Formats: sequence, structure tokens, C-alpha cells
Amino acid sequence: MEHISLQHFLVVSSILFSLGIYAVVTRKNAILVLMGIELILNAANINFVAFSRYGNFGLSGEITALFVIILAAAEAAIALAIVLNIYKTFSNVNVDEINKLKE
Amino acid sequence: MNFSSLYSSISFIKPEITISITLILLVVFDLIFQKKKTIIPIIALLGLFISGIFVINELYRSGFAFSLGNKRFGMVTIDSFGSYFKLLVIVTSILIVFFSYSSSEIQKVKDRLGEYYVLLFGMILGMLFLISSSDLILIYLSMELLSLSSYVLAGFTKLRDRNSEASLKYLIFGAVSSGTMLFGISLIYGLLGSTNLYDINIALRALNVDWFTFYFAVLLMFVGIGYKISAVPFHFWTPDVYEGAPISITAFLSVASKAAGFAFLIRILKTALVSGVEPDGTWQMIHSFDWKTLIAILSVLTMTLGNFTALWQNNLKRMLAYSSVAHAGYLLLGVAVLSDIGVESVLIYFAFYMLMNIGSFYIVMLIANKTGSEDINDYNGMGYATPFLGVSFAIFLVSLIGLPPTAGFIGKLYVFIALINSKMVILAVIAVINSVVSLYYYIRVLKHMFLTKSEKPLEKFKISLPNKVFVLVLVIPVLVLGIYFTPVVDLAKSCITILGF
Repeated sequence: MEHISLQHFLVVSSILFSLGIYAVVTRKNAILVLMGIELILNAANINFVAFSRYGNFGLSGEITALFVIILAAAEAAIALAIVLNIYKTFSNVNVDEINKLKE
Repeated sequence: MNFSSLYSSISFIKPEITISITLILLVVFDLIFQKKKTIIPIIALLGLFISGIFVINELYRSGFAFSLGNKRFGMVTIDSFGSYFKLLVIVTSILIVFFSYSSSEIQKVKDRLGEYYVLLFGMILGMLFLISSSDLILIYLSMELLSLSSYVLAGFTKLRDRNSEASLKYLIFGAVSSGTMLFGISLIYGLLGSTNLYDINIALRALNVDWFTFYFAVLLMFVGIGYKISAVPFHFWTPDVYEGAPISITAFLSVASKAAGFAFLIRILKTALVSGVEPDGTWQMIHSFDWKTLIAILSVLTMTLGNFTALWQNNLKRMLAYSSVAHAGYLLLGVAVLSDIGVESVLIYFAFYMLMNIGSFYIVMLIANKTGSEDINDYNGMGYATPFLGVSFAIFLVSLIGLPPTAGFIGKLYVFIALINSKMVILAVIAVINSVVSLYYYIRVLKHMFLTKSEKPLEKFKISLPNKVFVLVLVIPVLVLGIYFTPVVDLAKSCITILGF
């Protein structure tokens, strides 16, 4: 364990965060966009746990990560319900093609 | 943790507890009364009134609740600034319950009315906690509670394609910006070792922080705030969601959700990032970072883009959406002053903004109930078909422009006074020019209502008495507070206390 430092975790979380943003911006399928959002949340989670472990801040970081995991699950449930609803009305889940509200 | 401190903490969050209990009661009553749903709005109103009474009783109380260990600061801060915003949210919610009651969109999905109110109360609970929480984790949680409920409500009626589209767009923008905000929070936690705003302030004063990383993290957090108040680079969801959502939810998002976002923004600036308050009420910011310029640039962009895009809109809901973006810009000017006078002007503006914005959405809803359209061309000659609604709409729009003798004028006046007091005259001039631009698209509606003849003859339509009373309840304050505004100003002046250092 000695040779894994805080920096390694931060690099991983930054890469995850950037990949998440990249997925949200480039992907057209709504499900893949939602996966990008999960990546962003998990990047933050890695940060919380790593900081808490290496910074000796007590357990607050781990507890926060638990809260975020629960929230991510709730968000995924609602998001999938909304995407299902979109599929029923538009019969596809392509973010680019759902643009009836533009003038 | 000892139990006496827990009990005393609970006494601080009576309004929130009332809202939670009402939420549970709504679920239960929705299950018991499968057929007769008329009792549900009554329970909702009762809960809101009780929690409103709690807020009024504790308007000037202040203290910290839910502190960990021996710390003085807690996760929840009760102060008169927060209580003012809570009162605003609860009054708006009461108006929205009446609003939903007469909206034909909501009445069409009557069998799901229980769910509607449960989700609405989820939003209210999220807002109340967002207003008073002083810990970044609690802030994130309450913001998600608010957002998750509103994603569902934006697509609640499922009557047209645009409902589901609105909820998808709201979901994607909301989830990305709150995720970005969470990443920012995690960086702040790593830098300073705490998520409590007061601890952050202490750490910022004592430690030699890596300022570049800190400001990067704060900017990531501002993505979340900017999304909630629909400030400019993060406003893209606003027109689509406001147009697609049921109109009662649009009105709620444009007032209460924005109020909660502003309360959160002001609290974070005043508690975490301030290093001292001068005798005249100006805040000194930590590390002398130029927040003033940053917020001023954001606000100028917000109001200019909102006003200029509104010029081309033919859908009334979409036009009012851009107008609410522009109003967020005016409100941000009050924040940009970074002083107690600025906060006071924001508080005054919000009280008036609530009245006039809900009023104009209500009239758009009443006309859409009859004609089924929000297109500006269907408003031709409407002023003669229903003179009462025509005149009231004119009053609301004049107030939104900010002309005397309406309340909107007083709101703008106080923002300008705050700007001129702190020698930001250029910003005041830009805001005045923006108001002139906004004159065009507001007056255009009136032109269609009163001066353009309709192609097919419009039959006069009657408005039922409760609807008339509701419009009068909003119109009369807009007119009276335009002349006799001291009560609101006094209330706002006494409510600028934000617990800090």
C-alpha cells in the first residue's frame, strides 16, 4: 500500500470526471448520457473517500460517499423512468431528435 | 451527542417537520381516499399554513442546530434572512396550491392528484433545507431532493410530447450541474478538511490554501448555483422546461426554486467567503478575490441575453421564461453589490417578483384553459373578450417592466439605489437600458390583446368567482405596494441578519 499515494486517487478521479463530462457532451443516446452522469458522481465519491483516508478527517468523507451512492441510485431510478416515458412518446431515446420545444 | 442538544435542535426546524408530516399524511390519505381526492389540497393547505405560522413565530430567532461534538456551528443555521426566504417559499406554495386547483392541466390527471402534491411537498422540503443549511453536504442533499421532485413534476401530466421532453432536458442539465457541484464540494473537502461553511471560513483565514485549486472548486460549485437560479451560461434548460412543464409548476420553479437558489448563493458568499463586514455594511471578501466583477459580469450577461431573446418569442410561456432569466440578472445585480444594502434590495425585489410573476402565469393559465393555446396570435382582441383579465394582465406586465405606480418599480428602484450607493453606476445604467428593451416584448402582448383585431370573432368568456378573487389577491398588492411599500421594506430591513462572523 505504501506506493499508492493520494495523487494516484486524484488522477483516477479527475480522469473519471473528464470522461463523464465527455460522455455527456458527445453521446446522443440518453442512457449513455446518464452513464456519464454516474461517472461524474463516482469521481466525486473517490475524492471523498481518498481525502478522508489520507487527510485524517475522520469518517466524514466515507459517510458522505454513502449518501452520494444512495442519491445516485434514486437519481438513476427517476432518470430511467423519465427515459422510459420519452421512449413511449417519441419511440427513440436519441437526445438530438427530441427537440419539439425549439422554435 | 447528548439528547438535550438534539431536542433543542429539533425545535429549530419546526416548519420542516410540519412539511414532512404533511407529506406522509398526503401519501396515507391518497391511499385511503381512492375516489374522492378533494381532501388532498385541503390537507396540503393546512400543512402549509401551520408551517407558515411556525416560520412567522421564529422570524427573528437565530441559532445553530445539529452541531457535531463541541462545535458551536451546526449543519443548519436559523437566522432572520433564512426565515424571510422560508416565508416567501411557503406563501408561494400556498398560492401554487390554489393555482393547481384551477389549472385544467392538473385537473385532467385528477386520479394522480395525491402524487402531485406529494412531489410538490418534496420540492418545498428541499427548498426549506436549502435555504437554512450551512453544510455543503446538507446543501447538496436538499438540492437533490428539490431537483428530483421537480424533474418528475416537469413531465407530470404526460398529456403532450412536450411534457416528457421538458422533464428529460431538466434531468440532464440538472444532474450534470449538480454532479459538477459535488465534484467541487469534494475538492473543497480535501483542501480544507470540512464541509461546514463556518469551518471553511476559519480554515481559509488560518491556513495558507492553494488558492488556484480553491477557486477552481468554488467555480465548479457555482455551476450548481447558476443552474438553480438560471444565470447565463447555465440557463439553457430554462425556456424548454418552462414551456413544457405544467404551468403551475412553471410558476413554482420561476419563483420558489429561484428564491432558494439565491438564498444559498448569498449564504455561501456571506458565511464562507467573507472576511469581515465594514460599518457601512460592505463585505470584505477573503483573499480579496474580485467576486464583485465576476457576479456583475454574470448578471449583465444574464439580463441582456434574457431580454434580447425574449423579443422573438411567440409563445407566452417561453417569453415569460426568458423574462424570468432577465429578472435573475437584476437580482444578481443586488448580490453583486456584496453588502447588506444589496441583500436588502434582493429581499424586497423577491417579494414583489413573486406577486407579479405568479399573477402573469395565472392569467396565461386562465386563458389557456379556455383557448388551449399560449401563442401570442391567439391573444388578439382578448382584452375585449375578457376586460378583467386584460386589465389585470396589463398591470402585471407593467410591473414586470418596472414602471410606476406598480410594485415592480419599487423593487428595481431599491436595486438601483444599492448599486449607486456602492458607486457601480455603469451597472445601473445597463440595467435601465435592459428595462427599456424589455418594454418592447411586454408591451407587444398588450398590443395583441387590445389593438389587434381577431380574425374570428371572440365570444366573451366568464371567469368564475374564485379565479377572480385569486387574481384580485395578486393585483391589489401589486398596485398598493407600488405606492405604500414601507411594510415590505421594513420587513426586509429587519431580516438581513445572516449569522456569520
